[in-house]
Amino acid sequence: MSILKIAEKKALKRESIIQTALQLFASQGFHKTTIPDIAKKLKMSVGNLYNYFASKDILAKEIIKYTSESLGTKIREVNDTDASSEEKIHQIVTLYFTMAKEKPEMIEYFLRVYLSNREVFNDGCEGMICVSGFITEIMIFFDDGVSSGELRDQDFFSAFGLFMGYLGGMVFLKGEDVLPQEIEFYIDDISRNIYNALKA
Amino acid sequence: MSKPKLLWLQSISCNGNAHSFLNHPELFSILAHFELIYHPILETNYSLEDIIKKRVECNVLILEGSFVQEGFLKAGVEVSSVIEYYAKRAKDIITVGTCATFGGIFKQKEPDKISGFAFDIEEKTTRYEAYASKLISLPGCPIHPRWLSFVLLMIANGKKLEIDRLHRPVELYGYTVHMGCTRNEYFEWKVDAKNFGLKEGCLFYEQGCQAPFTRGSCNKILWNDTSSKTRVGTPCFGCTEATFPQSSLFFTKTNMGIPAKMPLGVPRRAYLTLTGVTKSFKIKRFSQRLLEYDE
Ligand code: SF4
Ligand code: SF4
Repeated sequence: MSILKIAEKKALKRESIIQTALQLFASQGFHKTTIPDIAKKLKMSVGNLYNYFASKDILAKEIIKYTSESLGTKIREVNDTDASSEEKIHQIVTLYFTMAKEKPEMIEYFLRVYLSNREVFNDGCEGMICVSGFITEIMIFFDDGVSSGELRDQDFFSAFGLFMGYLGGMVFLKGEDVLPQEIEFYIDDISRNIYNALKA
Repeated sequence: MSKPKLLWLQSISCNGNAHSFLNHPELFSILAHFELIYHPILETNYSLEDIIKKRVECNVLILEGSFVQEGFLKAGVEVSSVIEYYAKRAKDIITVGTCATFGGIFKQKEPDKISGFAFDIEEKTTRYEAYASKLISLPGCPIHPRWLSFVLLMIANGKKLEIDRLHRPVELYGYTVHMGCTRNEYFEWKVDAKNFGLKEGCLFYEQGCQAPFTRGSCNKILWNDTSSKTRVGTPCFGCTEATFPQSSLFFTKTNMGIPAKMPLGVPRRAYLTLTGVTKSFKIKRFSQRLLEYDE
């Protein structure tokens, strides 16, 4: 096998470990899930898994980077269009809720593992380090909106909290099975509420 | 060999550059390389009348002040026609100050009519083609005396000056004013200055420092050979830039906390990614006073 093929195969394996661990951490909880659990589900040896990630904590940090990057990449596609901020809000809400539905583990992981086990992430994922892929795109979205005059200039975190706190809250309610409707039912109203709160 | 004949002429000007040059510690030994024909402040063997009557020769022409096509008279004579007479004959033309180079402060009076000698902000004026081959731009409000002496000595020694697209010497304007500021560590770690005049903190985030996107060597060739605006705790106003003077100095324009202007050539995504990371750390040394004195 060529070196390139080997590297490619390793990258694929790495990603499948991340995805499997993500599911297990999100569903069973971070502390209850062990490295042998993950290895077993992947049908690989524990030793081999340690070749990819030296510890459970390291794996946990790589997962948050991975989810933040994949959400960031999707928002970047929205940012790169000429759409108005109002349309972009609708698109971001849609892609966030779609992700919550199709890959609930990604959002669950963020809410239930990353935010609830800060001691695991304090060393190496301080502040915004591991979520910068996602935060940077949100910053760019706000910056474009304010400089075009469509959004009101205000403190970043006031706006960020309103936008992401709202979306996170809805997904949390969905996870608790509290929502009477499917989550996409709420997209239009929520997008409008966010826009009304942020517009100039 | 006779010395090159030097003329310093002014159009619409405040004398700022002429005065600034007087601060040069080696002023007279630099001027000794030239025959000074005319200077607005220093005495010479010729009068303004000799200049206006076109009785003198000119090899090196220094221009100060902004320009109008017509209607700016001195002693009853159209200034730009006198200047163009000597400009045609000079071997080198140096525009000193942002007014002569791009339009500067005086341009604000009548933005449609007033410009620099060969540039109107960054656009070429109708004069440009005729003088481009001998034009050197020294923007600044005012210029540092050593920027001019550097250019004059290069000319006196017959050396070629490398210039950029706006005819600025790259040795002086290849840098940003940010380079060499003693606050660079605070910029890296995103620690802002809590007040004017403090030694600690960077002025980019709150106080409007334009140095990261301003070309010039203020933090390399120090003012009065001692210090710089940003070192002493005053933001750079970007006085060397074609867009000078901007409004709301002392204040950084932000969009939800994100600076509206990025450091020169830095993509916004790259800047924001790095900012997010550095802001995640609190470094103790940067929250402390730099110098602690015993009571
Ligand atoms: S004060 Fe200005 S020049 Fe100094 S480091 Fe900050 S941005 Fe750069
Ligand atoms: S620090 Fe900035 S404003 Fe001050 S002289 Fe230099 S370029 Fe001009």
